[in-house]
Amino acid sequence: MITSETYRSLGLTDKEYQKILSLLKREPTVTELAMFAAEWSEHCGYVSSRNLLKILPKTGKYKTLIGEDSGGIFVDDIAIIFKMESHNHPSQVEPKQGAATGVGGIIRDIFTAGARPIASLNSLRFGSLSEPYNKYLLQGVVDGIQFYGNCLGVPTIGGEIYFDESYNGNCLVNAMSIGIAKKNELAKACAFGEGNSIMYVGASTGRDGIGGCSVLASHEFSEGDAKRPTVQIGDPFMEKCLIEATLEILSTGYVLGIKDMGAAGLTCAVSEMASDGESGIDMELCNIPLREKHMEPWEIMVSESQARMLVCVKAGKEKAIKNIFSKWDLNAVTIGKVIKDKMVRIWDNGKILVEVKADILTKAPIYDMPYKKPEYMKKINNLDIDVVHEPSDYNIVLLNLLKSPSIASKEWVYEQYDHMIQLNTVVLPGSDAAVIRLKGTNKAIAATTDCNSRYCYLNPYRGAQIAVAEAARNLVCSGAEPASVTDCLNFGNPKKPDRYWQFKNCVQGITDACEFFDVSVASGNVSFYNENPAGAVYPTPAIGMIGIIDDINKVCTQYFKNEDDLIILLGISLEELGGSEYLKLVHELVRGDAPELDLKMERAVQLTTLEAIRDGLVNSAHDLSEGGLAVGLAECCMSNKEKLIGAVVDNLNFDIRTDALLFGESQSRIILSCAEKSLNQIKKIAKKHKTSLQVIGSTGGNRFIVSNNDNKLIDLSLEKLQDTWSNALRRDIDSSN
Amino acid sequence: MEFLRFGVVVFPGSNCDHDCFYVLNNVLKQDVKYIWHKEIEVRDVDCIVLPGGFSYGDYLRTGAIARFSPIMQGVIDFANKGGLVIGICNGFQILLEAGLLPGAMLRNKNVHFICKHVHIKLLNKNTPFTNLYKKDEVLKIPIAHNEGNYYIDEKGLKTLKENNQIVFQYCANPNGAADNIAGIINKEGNVLGMMPHPERSSEKELGSQDGLFIFKSIVEWVK
Repeated sequence: MITSETYRSLGLTDKEYQKILSLLKREPTVTELAMFAAEWSEHCGYVSSRNLLKILPKTGKYKTLIGEDSGGIFVDDIAIIFKMESHNHPSQVEPKQGAATGVGGIIRDIFTAGARPIASLNSLRFGSLSEPYNKYLLQGVVDGIQFYGNCLGVPTIGGEIYFDESYNGNCLVNAMSIGIAKKNELAKACAFGEGNSIMYVGASTGRDGIGGCSVLASHEFSEGDAKRPTVQIGDPFMEKCLIEATLEILSTGYVLGIKDMGAAGLTCAVSEMASDGESGIDMELCNIPLREKHMEPWEIMVSESQARMLVCVKAGKEKAIKNIFSKWDLNAVTIGKVIKDKMVRIWDNGKILVEVKADILTKAPIYDMPYKKPEYMKKINNLDIDVVHEPSDYNIVLLNLLKSPSIASKEWVYEQYDHMIQLNTVVLPGSDAAVIRLKGTNKAIAATTDCNSRYCYLNPYRGAQIAVAEAARNLVCSGAEPASVTDCLNFGNPKKPDRYWQFKNCVQGITDACEFFDVSVASGNVSFYNENPAGAVYPTPAIGMIGIIDDINKVCTQYFKNEDDLIILLGISLEELGGSEYLKLVHELVRGDAPELDLKMERAVQLTTLEAIRDGLVNSAHDLSEGGLAVGLAECCMSNKEKLIGAVVDNLNFDIRTDALLFGESQSRIILSCAEKSLNQIKKIAKKHKTSLQVIGSTGGNRFIVSNNDNKLIDLSLEKLQDTWSNALRRDIDSSN
Repeated sequence: MEFLRFGVVVFPGSNCDHDCFYVLNNVLKQDVKYIWHKEIEVRDVDCIVLPGGFSYGDYLRTGAIARFSPIMQGVIDFANKGGLVIGICNGFQILLEAGLLPGAMLRNKNVHFICKHVHIKLLNKNTPFTNLYKKDEVLKIPIAHNEGNYYIDEKGLKTLKENNQIVFQYCANPNGAADNIAGIINKEGNVLGMMPHPERSSEKELGSQDGLFIFKSIVEWVK
């Protein structure tokens, strides 16, 4: 007997249970109920978001592939597959394993598509480092990412990390992976062809991760079963072997479909492979390799043990598949076959446990959620700039900004990641975007992750647009043409109308910006319920974007290269301080509106930069973001540790407030440096694109100086700047730990 | 002999095997094959490469399980007959565990994985692996390891020095290694172990070509 207590504790509502009854025309078995609960959960079924996600653009200037578990674009005959996914709650509970399995999960989505993973990135958010637990989280998450990625041999080439009180009690860990395959090597995630075999490959199934996607772990079906932590345990060695074995079986031509057992484990794999292949699957549970004794069927069906896949194999070719897996000392057993009627039929030692139409399981209900603009928007958007006092010492402000962990160098983090393995990393971490070459071609991929969630809090629509615009700007600064997006949407409880209003506006912002730049959203993920007792985290639609560099010899980096180069500012600095790091850090205000964004101007600045880089005219390009012009210029001076180069910036327009000019975060601005002889040609390009261009100073010397006429506003030695910026994070972590 | 025959050993968990193969084959244009760890004998190669990675996951002491792999007896026999063996990173750790080189590897002093370019100084150019370098040359080569803190007792260190077995020293010690040691060779001069990754500094596009001359030196030596 299924009681209301049972299905509710699994996360199903009364209405949903009634729907199950009417679809089945009978009471579900316990196993069926567990499967419905998993498939219809927010995590697997996207029940609250699917309606809105439909609007995201599926096409763009690069031919886009929307796959079952990931997406990608085609560049000539190469498919570049990529996706970003969240692992927030597991990381908050157990940061090392949570982050590690986050990396493992997303990488499996890539290689099950038939692509070899060639790079990872991430987007991380933590609460303030003054809280010891947040330090523990940062260290644990970084440790998990390095532990997993380094062992796997997939370079972690880039990412972003921000710290804000809004993430106290609910950190965000979004992992992104990129893989490549020849067009004809791509694999599908479906099962078809009556009589073909369904094989289970990879690690054995245990009780770890049960209920990771719904609320199973808080409830026990049979008494006496020990509760297990819902965080999965990562084994990168196993996954490394699984990658090699999987790519090997895919090259045999015997594999018709393959799917990772991720969220909702076997349940999701079986029902979605059947449903996507418009067929059915008949399988027997007793053959599944188990790690623990006496596992209940429903536990086997929803376990989220890592490094397992389901494969649809041509009948008669099972032996060949098995041989490859045994070479790697991995399991490969036939557990069922494809059937004609579109049913998922599961047996346990000959006893029928599950008999449900595949479509019913996978077609989770879709809800239109109520939304409402929060009352507090009026208050937080109100910023009277006249009561914000200008600081007396700009040197101190700059040093404090460079020390702020969100702006400080992330060297402490990325030095722990193997970012060079696979011999493709042409631009190492620490520039605007990482660049990896495509061996055997003259091309390269640039990749970045971006999102200023404070902007999204102040203005969800524009904040999300800015996240897209800035990601594109980062790519352009490396010489790449923005190509496609994966989004990882981290929000609070969707059932609360103010949170859903944020979500709706962010999705609209991403959509409009991507359409404007003609880039597709090839894949993505939604993570709701990111809340702490004080409320939801800032809306954080993390944007992972990849771009294409056609000529690897035209790659650009952010730091100054030579003495006596000219420093050019593209774009316009407005008198705006809303949402800036400066306003938060110096004036302790999170107020105002997000910075203005004129998409046409953004495009003009980007086109100018890209053309100038491609024509070989510029020596460096760096986009301005958190901390504004002063921080951006300082970064140009010091981000190449091996060669620090000073700057004298003495030709700025002081027609706006000095703090806004130096630390305001006006969008659509890029700093270039070039030899004097290239200036005229760059000016011509800027004029063609109607971009504002100003020569603001020149490089050289061993100080960073910004002056207004004879008044030196900033005058600091490079050693001081570099030491402050490079070591801040390390010092924060080491302090009173 | 037109091409040198390199054999890159693949343990489960090796992850620099493809990189070594690529550099030897695509950059240096030599003959390369993979040697699966379950093989028991090494045949038809002039030089064995033990690549970097996390053999068997390295959940135990690094290299401690790999030394029991069937292929290791073959590698030891090959080395004992004077065959050239180079162990890079995890390969170096395995050579230590297998007893082909003296000493042991501890966790980095800062207890973190470290991936970055470092500078190392060449101390011995009279080896099959370094003969094309200039005397005392300083090379820019990346490291990427958790356990690169080389340990050896005083007596052992003295022996290494007396026999010119220290081939590379870090210019700035990144991991706490004894005497700044980044790479050593056996007394007989045919087995080299080094923590830095020469395959990662073999192409201009990747920021340094200083490592390529290790592989070129091997080719030069055998020819």
